[in-house]
Amino acid sequence: MIALLIYKGIMCVAVFGISLGVAAYSTLWERKFAAFLQDRKGPNRAGWGGILQPLADGGKMFFKEEIIPNVSNRALFILGPSMFMVTALMTGAVIPWGKPLMINGVTYDLQITDINIGAIYILGVASVGVYGIMIGGWASNNKYSLLGAVRASSQMISYEIAMGISLIALIISAGGSLSVKDILESQDQGVANIVWQPLGFIIFFVCALAETNRAPFDMAECETELVGGFHTEYSAMKLGLFLFAEYINMFISSAIMAGFYFGGYNFPFANELYSALGLEQGSWLISLIGFGAYFTKIVLFICLFMWVRWTLPRFRYDQLMNLGWKGLLPLSLLNLAITIVIEYFRGNIQF
Amino acid sequence: MLGLTITQWLFGILSLMAIMFALMVVFTRNPVNSVLYLVLTFFCIAGHYLLLNAQFLAVVHIVVYAGAIMVLFLFIIMLMNLNPDTEPRKHIMTRLIAGVIGGVLLFVFVGALKGAEQLQLTQSGASQIGLIKNLGHVLFTEYLFPFEITSVLLLAALVGAIMIGKKDTNINVSRNS
Repeated sequence: MIALLIYKGIMCVAVFGISLGVAAYSTLWERKFAAFLQDRKGPNRAGWGGILQPLADGGKMFFKEEIIPNVSNRALFILGPSMFMVTALMTGAVIPWGKPLMINGVTYDLQITDINIGAIYILGVASVGVYGIMIGGWASNNKYSLLGAVRASSQMISYEIAMGISLIALIISAGGSLSVKDILESQDQGVANIVWQPLGFIIFFVCALAETNRAPFDMAECETELVGGFHTEYSAMKLGLFLFAEYINMFISSAIMAGFYFGGYNFPFANELYSALGLEQGSWLISLIGFGAYFTKIVLFICLFMWVRWTLPRFRYDQLMNLGWKGLLPLSLLNLAITIVIEYFRGNIQF
Repeated sequence: MLGLTITQWLFGILSLMAIMFALMVVFTRNPVNSVLYLVLTFFCIAGHYLLLNAQFLAVVHIVVYAGAIMVLFLFIIMLMNLNPDTEPRKHIMTRLIAGVIGGVLLFVFVGALKGAEQLQLTQSGASQIGLIKNLGHVLFTEYLFPFEITSVLLLAALVGAIMIGKKDTNINVSRNS
């Protein structure tokens, strides 16, 4: 019992720390990446090549003056960013980060918890995530904040549907289990799910961009129209939490896409490599190599997110809604129908 | 701990929280707070589903009710910008009558509860029906007809809502000309 608690505790702290660390350095990487695309140098003063910039930013955020507008709803104003941060961190709990580790004959999964409805849990947490934006935007008592909040919520609800349906198609392809671990394990032998779900992946990626409020779908904080969107009235670390949670969301959705569609900690000829190196099941080196492979994929996805942001202009709001309801939703239904036909001939489903 | 198991403790705490939040939904003056308390009530009910070993139902409950329907409620209430100051004050007579009617209803409920016999629940907490595999199997074999009828009903409601919400193009044309 105690050993289980210690192990779960270590896993929680590790996932928490990795999420925060990756998010912090994503902010630096985003600025470097933008600078590269715009032929600039980017932040390069704090530390070697700007390596300490996230710490400087964080420190600045903490020491700025906290302003709570006196016409706002104080409790909800504070609740907004806190809730956004909490929901951003919750999804990491069901993601398996590597192959099970064997220590003294006991197998430890590199996953906080393997619930049998992990895929829907991810959708559930994503759908609750919008409350942080809505509460914060409304409690600011500012019409621009309110508009940003309303935009964010309608956008999230619209894109959640297409996301859910493309996820259903993926689950059919991956063998019918909703457990995240089973979906990743189904790609251990054979090919990654992207081969069977190319259209589903594109739909999922576009929806992930919209769900994380990233450009070109960042209507909620569109500064040319709405000042700062839902966080106009926020300052200091409460603003920092909103901005930071966006990067955590990006990290987690990259992890989900890399895991669901690109095999996660599996990679081509992995098992051949392990047997060539003479590693047996449960060795720490296998876990480490798997984790490294997964992490590389995640970083590539984060780069893709940034590439999209610094390349494409922002959508107009009606274009966004048209894309969601008239483009992605029918496309995801079509994808589901095609998947069912293909899987019937592959023999994965019977009628 | 008082001779109760962990499940019983959780049940008690969750029930207490659910009832408290449900009461807060009614008693808060601010409609936005009411909606947020209702969301908390849904979370407590999802916890009850988890205690009944129905994980799928619990998460779907959160996705559908807390994640979609209540967001739309919140959306509408925020846009209407209701607040306690502009709420019309009801006449004292109306309030008195409402109180009496509510009291009588409560009286009827308590009376009905008194006469009710206690049900003997045979199913224990270890039921497997709430797991997604069993639930899907039962829905698509034993209860296929009611399931399909429900989906047709929902579709009809959806089409009806769109018809009501749609702009009447004829009126616009005549107004423009």
